[in-house]
Amino acid sequence: MVENRPISRYIAHGILIIGVVITFLPIWLAFVASTHPVDRLLNDQMPFWPGDQLLENYGTVLSEGMKKAGGVPVGTMMLNSLIMALAIAIGKIFISFLSAFAIVYFRFPFRRTIFWMIFITLMLPVEVRILPTFEIVANLGMLNSYGGLIIPLIASATATFLFRQFFLTVPDELLEAARIDGAGPMRFLKDILLPLSRTSIAALFVIQFIYGWNQFLWPLLVTTDQSLYTIVMGIRSMITVGDSEPTWHLIMATVILAMLPPVLVVMLMQRQFVKGLVETEK
Amino acid sequence: MAELKLEKVRKNYGQVTAIHQIDLQVKNGEFLVIVGPSGCGKSTLLRMVAGLEAISDGDIYINEKHVNEVEPKDRQIAMVFQNYALYPHMSVFNNMAYGLKIAGLNRSDIQKRVHEVSEILEIKSLLDRKPRQLSGGQRQRVAMGRAIVRNPALFLFDEPLSNLDAKLRVQMRIEIKQLQRRLGITTLYVTHDQVEAMTLADRLLVMNAGIAEQIGTPLEIYEHPQTTFVAGFIGSPPMNLLQCVVNGHQIFLEKQALLGIPPSRNIEKPSVVLGIRPEHLVLDPQGPLNLTIDLVETLGADTLVYAHLGRQRIVARLPDHHKVSLGDQMRFTIPPERANFFDVDSGKKIAAKFS
Repeated sequence: MVENRPISRYIAHGILIIGVVITFLPIWLAFVASTHPVDRLLNDQMPFWPGDQLLENYGTVLSEGMKKAGGVPVGTMMLNSLIMALAIAIGKIFISFLSAFAIVYFRFPFRRTIFWMIFITLMLPVEVRILPTFEIVANLGMLNSYGGLIIPLIASATATFLFRQFFLTVPDELLEAARIDGAGPMRFLKDILLPLSRTSIAALFVIQFIYGWNQFLWPLLVTTDQSLYTIVMGIRSMITVGDSEPTWHLIMATVILAMLPPVLVVMLMQRQFVKGLVETEK
Repeated sequence: MAELKLEKVRKNYGQVTAIHQIDLQVKNGEFLVIVGPSGCGKSTLLRMVAGLEAISDGDIYINEKHVNEVEPKDRQIAMVFQNYALYPHMSVFNNMAYGLKIAGLNRSDIQKRVHEVSEILEIKSLLDRKPRQLSGGQRQRVAMGRAIVRNPALFLFDEPLSNLDAKLRVQMRIEIKQLQRRLGITTLYVTHDQVEAMTLADRLLVMNAGIAEQIGTPLEIYEHPQTTFVAGFIGSPPMNLLQCVVNGHQIFLEKQALLGIPPSRNIEKPSVVLGIRPEHLVLDPQGPLNLTIDLVETLGADTLVYAHLGRQRIVARLPDHHKVSLGDQMRFTIPPERANFFDVDSGKKIAAKFS
């Protein structure tokens, strides 16, 4: 498939290296910045190599947070983000899996209509339906709660659609064999469909976790209580601190910390991806 | 152990009728093969017996029990699918044990049963493997094992050998036959392959376009096809079907007098379809059938001669080797006792035999 000539190999490697440098350099600079005292960063020359303040800076953000930005410790914000991202990812998978199961395997009136309704209503991104959603959440008294953070984002048309497409590729004979073996619908779901969907679930988990983790506008609207701040909105509030200079070293330390969980999720789930690609057979 | 009875079974898909009223009785321990071209409704019929397809009209009985509304799992059936339908994420053992687990058997019983059956099928060494690590033949065996393990009253096979290569197909065919004999389980077997049908069946059901054309033993079907469809479907090459003209007590093919009709027998229509198996044509220098040779296939044991007379194409199977060149003329006789006559319009056999 790939030509194995030295020149084309050098070119391919060259392009890949350029790509890595472009994506990695800003992250490197953020990391470097997080290891220096703030006055070094505000001088004209941005340092390129890490300084000696690593432990102090990270210790500060984790325990005290930033005074000027309300002093919420990064640990709390990360925990909030984690809860929100996990709940959204798991909840989305759970709900979508069940609704796709219903749509594919059960015959009920208006099945297609319901599918398209799910599809159309949720194709609108959070930002578009944010006002009515906010209204509903406020009326239900869910502002400043995990419920308010999570529930409006928990249904997913994308995931439902992906599961539906996957279920359609599962041969009907498997369902029939299971029926003859005596498995009812829920048993079929648990014993056969769920194990077969493992890799698509892993893929969706990664996507939805990152989606939940990176939510910005919605947490900003529904939380005024600082103990419920998520990390992404926390970073934002650190940068806009009135007249004084932003404390870049602490902000960058927070940024690096905020990046870790999604990176971790991707790295852990990557194995599942690869496995899923190898085991193509259904 | 079971008897299967189908009474006036029909299947409609909306306006389309897939199966027109089929009656069938399968005796205890019998191997019945349903054969027909693709789209003739044979799989649908099998799936109706399995309970995977609703029955539009008529009744199905398994052991005298009316099962129209009975769930597949409660019909005491086991089915082997064309693509085997093994659960890809389960080991061979779990594939076979799944039905038993759901049925609520305890662990040691399941173990025992699966081991017994895997012994019979010689798949004991494969029990820990996943289906994807098996060859086609092994998967086929596992699929059969999964069926046998349930101790069914009725075996249903849906073209189980069509995904195997030719050599394996022959081997598995023999094994299925032996296994069925040994276990004595009533079996319904769907195929489009007439060799499979002829070799496996105790009785054959030949289907065409949702109609049961003929039910009978393989030899009955071969020797006495009841319709032109059966005559043209079974046999390789199939029976020659010649459009003949009846004039008085003579039958003419392309204006050559072929046969006299005995006085005992009356063909009332002015034309008739004469069916004759290729191997029943007799080489005879004085014969009435004068054919021009188009093609010769030397098969070793015998020779297939493709010829024509006017617009009619005829195949003859001659024993041994023959030196024939294209364009040659050859004369044949049709032994009257071997001839079959069919109605031109309905394709049905015209009763009464010669001799």
